[in-house]
Amino acid sequence: MDARDPIIELRQVSKSFGRRIVLDRIDLKIQRGTSTVIIGRSGTGKSVLLRHIVGLHRPDHGEVYFEGRRIDRLSERQLVPIRRQISFVFQLNALFDSMTVAENVAFPMTETGNGRADPRQIAALARRSLQMVGMAGFEDKRPADLSGGEKKRVALARAIAMDPPPKVILYDEPTAGLDPQRGDVITRLIRQLQREVHVTSVVVTHDMKLAAQAGDRVLLLWNGRFIGDGTPEELLSSRDEHVRRFVDGLAEPEDLATLSQ
Amino acid sequence: MQPSNLALRWLDQLGAHTLGVLGAFGDFCLFGASTISYAPVDIATRRGWGRLLPQCYAIGTRSVPVVMLTGMFVGMVLIVQGWEQFDAAGLSSRLGAVVNISVTSELGPVLAGVMLAGRVGGALTAELGTMNVTEQLLALRSMGADPIRFLATPRFLACLILTPLLTVYADLTGALGAWVIYSGVYGGDSEAFWRYTADIVENWDLITGLVKALFFGGAIGLIGCYAGFHCRPGAEGVGRACTEAFVSSFIVILMLDFFLNFVNNGVYKALYGTRSLF
Repeated sequence: MDARDPIIELRQVSKSFGRRIVLDRIDLKIQRGTSTVIIGRSGTGKSVLLRHIVGLHRPDHGEVYFEGRRIDRLSERQLVPIRRQISFVFQLNALFDSMTVAENVAFPMTETGNGRADPRQIAALARRSLQMVGMAGFEDKRPADLSGGEKKRVALARAIAMDPPPKVILYDEPTAGLDPQRGDVITRLIRQLQREVHVTSVVVTHDMKLAAQAGDRVLLLWNGRFIGDGTPEELLSSRDEHVRRFVDGLAEPEDLATLSQ
Repeated sequence: MQPSNLALRWLDQLGAHTLGVLGAFGDFCLFGASTISYAPVDIATRRGWGRLLPQCYAIGTRSVPVVMLTGMFVGMVLIVQGWEQFDAAGLSSRLGAVVNISVTSELGPVLAGVMLAGRVGGALTAELGTMNVTEQLLALRSMGADPIRFLATPRFLACLILTPLLTVYADLTGALGAWVIYSGVYGGDSEAFWRYTADIVENWDLITGLVKALFFGGAIGLIGCYAGFHCRPGAEGVGRACTEAFVSSFIVILMLDFFLNFVNNGVYKALYGTRSLF
């Protein structure tokens, strides 16, 4: 496969839940080593789109490719080798409550690995991952003992603690629920991980600051389709009315109309 | 609205509901088959035992007091209920045997099952439901791990293995509780209590009680896990799933008990003929 070929590709992907169309013939190509940010209002299907990339959702129509291989028709078992190359940082962190921080971070290597890894190597890699996100010394704590920002950082550590490292990290609202300062730490970490681990990042957010700082490319999802696509600067200077309103944080006229009713 | 339209609408709703129920049942069967399919491999591997043993502690060890108490009070109550009638008929010496056969073959497994459906089934659903709504099940899948194998199979196995063992505790404390009331409160003959019990309660009764408990345990584990895996979002979704899991487990235990009694009686009759307690 050519390095210039997209690592992730969605072709005409549509997804509905009941009568609600969430994704409407989406086309998306993501190049290796880039950081792509998908922005959009809450409930517009950003997370659904992200989950298609790792096979957690199947499209009603359309095709999903990873490194040129079509994955949307693979069984759960066939998806395992694909999923071991992609890390997912969930909006609610999804840390396992019954495990310590160290066990959570080591989980992808101990429980889902091929069983050949040396436990000492796994522990060392978990420690290094925690150091990278500034969480060294928290190994024996439980997720319940951590703050929101600390949980997010542990989730990031778990995402990178793979041997070999992941090719893609998917971030679902990584700064949601965090104060601006903690959000800034996470934004910097995403950038830092991309530099140090050379990973392809796909970030879903409605945080414009994160989009501007973490993205090489920003797309705006609107009513199931992309209506904006460019560098952060291009999107920030867009004249499209919906893009402008989203960037400026202004409500849509129809939303205001429902308020006045 | 025209009567014919109303009837069509009613039929439409009935059809949709029936399809929904059948679909959910089919989904449950697939879930159960998948859970059971991993069990032999998990039992044979160290990693599988690593997941199973903590569940055995949570489901089995921590249920011992409540199951022992249940068994003991059942035995005691049956003596209180039966003493006057048996004594009036001059059959008080047989009361212990009647109570013990009831406890070992019927009430021990059923009430232990019901207690476990409440204590264990509810806890399983709440734990897995919370993991579901906090994206932990999705996280497992995204890491290439099957949540059914990692979460449902060890819990199912723990319920399956430990419900019969807990039933033994219920049987023992039931017999002891009955004896304490029989001899201590009503002054019954202890020697007659144990002699008739030994004469009348057969290995068959013990074994059929434990076989029932095995089925009840499996049902509690599968229903509890399925409800947790399929609960709706939010605290209300988890709460509702817990209630539904308990009610479903309770009903399934009673239904299984009914059908297993039919099978047991048929098999006993074919092997040993009809038996009498007197």
